[in-house]
Amino acid sequence: MNSAIVTSGLSAALDYTTPLLCACLAGLWSERAGIVDIALEGKLLVAAFASAAAASASGSAYVGLAAGLLASLALALAHGYAAIDRHGNQIVSGAALNMVASGLTALVGNAWYHHGGRTPPLSGAARFAGLHLPGSDALAHVPWIGPFYAQVISGHALPVYAALMLVPLTAWVLKSTRFGLRLRAVGENPAAVDSAGISVRGLRYAGVALCGLYCGLGGTFLSVAANAGFLRDMTAGTGFIALAALVFAKWRPWPALATCLVFGLLNALADRLQGLVIPSLGKVPVQAVQALPYLATVILLSGFIGAAVAPKASGIPYFKERA
Amino acid sequence: MSPRQRALAEAVLVPLATISFAFLISGLVVLIIGENPLVVARLMIAGSLGSSEGLGYTLFYTTDFIFAGLAVAVAFQAGLFNIGADGQAYVAGLGVTLMALAFPGLSAWLLVPLCLGAGAAAGALWAFVPAWLQARRGSHIVITTIMFNWLASDLMSFLLVNMLRPKGDMQPESAALPPGARMPQLTHLAGTIGLKLTPTPLNGAFILALLAAFGVWLWLFRTRSGYGLRVAGVNRQAATYAGISASAMIIVAMLVSGALAGGVAVNEVMGAQGRLLIDFTSGFGFVGIAVALMGRGHPLGVVLAGLLFGMLYQGGAELAFDVPAVTRDMILVIQGLVVYFSGALEGVFRGHIRALLAGRAPVETPA
Repeated sequence: MNSAIVTSGLSAALDYTTPLLCACLAGLWSERAGIVDIALEGKLLVAAFASAAAASASGSAYVGLAAGLLASLALALAHGYAAIDRHGNQIVSGAALNMVASGLTALVGNAWYHHGGRTPPLSGAARFAGLHLPGSDALAHVPWIGPFYAQVISGHALPVYAALMLVPLTAWVLKSTRFGLRLRAVGENPAAVDSAGISVRGLRYAGVALCGLYCGLGGTFLSVAANAGFLRDMTAGTGFIALAALVFAKWRPWPALATCLVFGLLNALADRLQGLVIPSLGKVPVQAVQALPYLATVILLSGFIGAAVAPKASGIPYFKERA
Repeated sequence: MSPRQRALAEAVLVPLATISFAFLISGLVVLIIGENPLVVARLMIAGSLGSSEGLGYTLFYTTDFIFAGLAVAVAFQAGLFNIGADGQAYVAGLGVTLMALAFPGLSAWLLVPLCLGAGAAAGALWAFVPAWLQARRGSHIVITTIMFNWLASDLMSFLLVNMLRPKGDMQPESAALPPGARMPQLTHLAGTIGLKLTPTPLNGAFILALLAAFGVWLWLFRTRSGYGLRVAGVNRQAATYAGISASAMIIVAMLVSGALAGGVAVNEVMGAQGRLLIDFTSGFGFVGIAVALMGRGHPLGVVLAGLLFGMLYQGGAELAFDVPAVTRDMILVIQGLVVYFSGALEGVFRGHIRALLAGRAPVETPA
């Protein structure tokens, strides 16, 4: 196969991985703190809308990013309020917020821009452009490594690198800091954390807030970097696939990166399979290609890959006192 | 107040409080968009109840929402969250259409029941895989049913574009259903007794929805297997000790749930459109979640909540003509807020209303 096709495919895979990885690590923070969040999808969506709207109004992609982070954080805190302070059903709250996100972005988008919920197209400084990493020209002639670095690693927008940096950062904070240890403990045994005099509520809110910020980055990437604006329901299930990736990665950051990369590759492959003609079978139907990630998710979750054990207290409201 | 009266008052007041909150916040959203929420509310009520035509459409949508709400409610009673009612209804549409197109010559007395059965079976089949995966392999039913929604959408658009579309037709839709597979129209029925009504898509499926609600109530609350299902929903271990197989109950609940979701296809495909259209479910399966939560998982509550959402959908459609800035997505926002308040924050509302009824300070009650 032509090496240019391979490098462009790998480069596209990295772009597909980014929002998925953000959402997956976001879910990781929330669930390791004991809060199940199926509203990753909704958070990506509000972030994508808010960032595109702010970027188009201000002309700056960074203002867009700030708006995306804030919008996603607000939705995360609404989930936190129901789940932490009000001991509500976390799955139901998540499903509700997904509906609100889908409806609100379409409603407000339509009322503001009159384009079927689309935001005005972004260009120039209003959009994150591809970055030219240092040394990519110098290395370009080194066999294998050169083209890989120059064409696959280099040339992505800022949020891609930010998302990749979040992996070691998340792993380190979770594993090696006091905060990380306490957050993990609160997802496994909140009563023990409570009896040590540490606030269960505070830690869980921290997990939920981090979840919101990570989704904010992922959503902003979708509308301000990967695309030139917001489209109605543009997340197309990314938040749910991220949940499945999280289960497959057994709630750990590095395996989360690996799983999301596999999904990213699958998506890039799906793009290139479209219109491909298989001898004696004919053209591969578009829909079969589109269904691949969803099918892969179902297969991943069907437990053929070894049991995945969720954080023990995940999804269970914590009551400080028993009456 | 006697405890029974108090429970009744609670069952009425809690949903009322949650819906009021949802409306209040939606009103704020309307204000932010720059429209007058009171005008919007008046237009919606007039559009949904103000004429025989509006009322007909309202009841037509209500039919969809009763079926979808019952589907979600049955799964709820078994402790399962079926987010896949939309996909199940979509695939049920395929069952209905294939059966109808396979036997175009049959009389309605035979073909309508056959199509009902095919729709229910197809919906149940689409629910079976996630159910089996949950019961036997422990995969999370919430995620698998969501994935099955996407898979249904891809499968159906493939079939509609490549297989079911008549030659030379541009639209991705099936051929028209034979007359024998159509549900009787209410306008037509009213005409036979001399009543002239403005044509609406309201059809016999409405009666079926009410019968289904009664049947679900009878099954859940008056039979042994319905009781077993509810026990398994409340406490899986207790069910196992009592000799009830929790995994069998998961499968049964999801099969019934998928079959009930098929009612949406009956109302839309056999009742209104007369052919299989792309995305004909329009997210009604998700409305079912709001309807089931507001109706507190009880068939009577589902019927009432279904009527409310029927009004919202019809009112929202009329509203979009008069106030173009407020699209039907407004209803999606209300729907999400209803789920948030009556599902996730239910304990708060219940605590306050219980306290109000008992005349003491509120105590939060865990759901």
